[in-house]
Amino acid sequence: MKDIFTPDMRLSDMIDMNYSLMQVISRMGIGLGLAGMTAGEACRHCGLDERTFMLICNVYSFPEYVPSQADISAANIPDIVRYLRGSHAYYTGKALSNLESSFNSLLEPCDVGRKTAITKFFVDYKSELVKHFAREEDEVFPYIEALQNGNKPEDYSIDQFEEHHESVDEKLEDMKNIVMKYLPEECDPEMRMWVLVSIYSLRDDLRRHTYVEDNILVPAVRNLENNGE
Amino acid sequence: MENRKSVALIVPSDIVARGLGSILEESGEFHVEEVFHDFSKAAESRLRGMDPDMVVIDPVVLDFKSRREGRNMLLDVCDSIVIALDGPGVTEDVLKLYDGSVSLYDRPSDLTRKLHGALDAKQPEVVSDGGELSAREKEILVCVAKGMLNKEIADKLNLSIYTVITHRKNITRKTGIKTVAGLTVYALLNNLIDMNSL
Repeated sequence: MKDIFTPDMRLSDMIDMNYSLMQVISRMGIGLGLAGMTAGEACRHCGLDERTFMLICNVYSFPEYVPSQADISAANIPDIVRYLRGSHAYYTGKALSNLESSFNSLLEPCDVGRKTAITKFFVDYKSELVKHFAREEDEVFPYIEALQNGNKPEDYSIDQFEEHHESVDEKLEDMKNIVMKYLPEECDPEMRMWVLVSIYSLRDDLRRHTYVEDNILVPAVRNLENNGE
Repeated sequence: MENRKSVALIVPSDIVARGLGSILEESGEFHVEEVFHDFSKAAESRLRGMDPDMVVIDPVVLDFKSRREGRNMLLDVCDSIVIALDGPGVTEDVLKLYDGSVSLYDRPSDLTRKLHGALDAKQPEVVSDGGELSAREKEILVCVAKGMLNKEIADKLNLSIYTVITHRKNITRKTGIKTVAGLTVYALLNNLIDMNSL
């Protein structure tokens, strides 16, 4: 297996190599109807920056892939933000609500006390995550847009975002361990595995998402801040 | 003051105790809570209440036969790290039984370095992953689930904060659960607490 995607590869071949890329492609606004095109063609068709698209696909698929400084400097910031917004919409609109309803069926046979405790844990996690995304949507993205329009706000910088960008990993990891090891026997084993698969997939997706924020968005915006001065 | 490690000295020689005490205080990293000149019942009960981070003991306070048992005798009293003072009349095989040793002839900087080394190396009982929680760990887990802070847990159970933190690390290592919210769920699922006590 090649360890990097290139613009001359067909989207369908890229998806064959890593089917969770379907999510990324869709978040960038490329429909599956274009899967027969090469990545380069699809980007031109949808008005996306090819280099940024490849960068995100590679980071998403190959954990050992480290983007070069040149790639980061050349990245198109609005396209990165488009991906991040798309991910937020997917997490809050689909992933979390699907997980929540699977959780509810899984916990159906448990006694009220346990059900309440685990449900509360999940609901609290969900609202923390939603709050976390809302901060990015309400503070960080508008800041970046203003910066790109040449109006650098005085009272904010990407350093502040970086400093307060907390990990969203810990509680999900705890949830995984609770479901895997500590649920009462009466929970359905098939459902339990299904919930675990959903948790793993959300976890991996969130990790790549955080990586894009911390290692691509932050340095790219910092470049923009410095160039503007 | 909070960040200083608390130390109790069990040293018969007042000259040595005062010398050691002033070196530790001057370092700014240690605070001598109390000096005992013998390991009497009274000292034992004081130590039990104090539970210092570290005890420095001159093994000569113990009679020759019980020197080897000294470390274990202290284990019954407190969770502290126990350092032996190496001096005349103390043999190598005795020193080996302690969590570390310092010599009467150590330079102050070496002395504090050795004490830090022993603190870092010997957390109460560093456990591997998995495994049952000990009774003490369950007790601490219940406090955590009830929302108590480390300081409050330490006060309630008569432990040093340092010991509480180590127990918490071990609880996390054994259960795989890091957050307070997750530990609360774990405690409920394992019937260590019930919803009403939260």
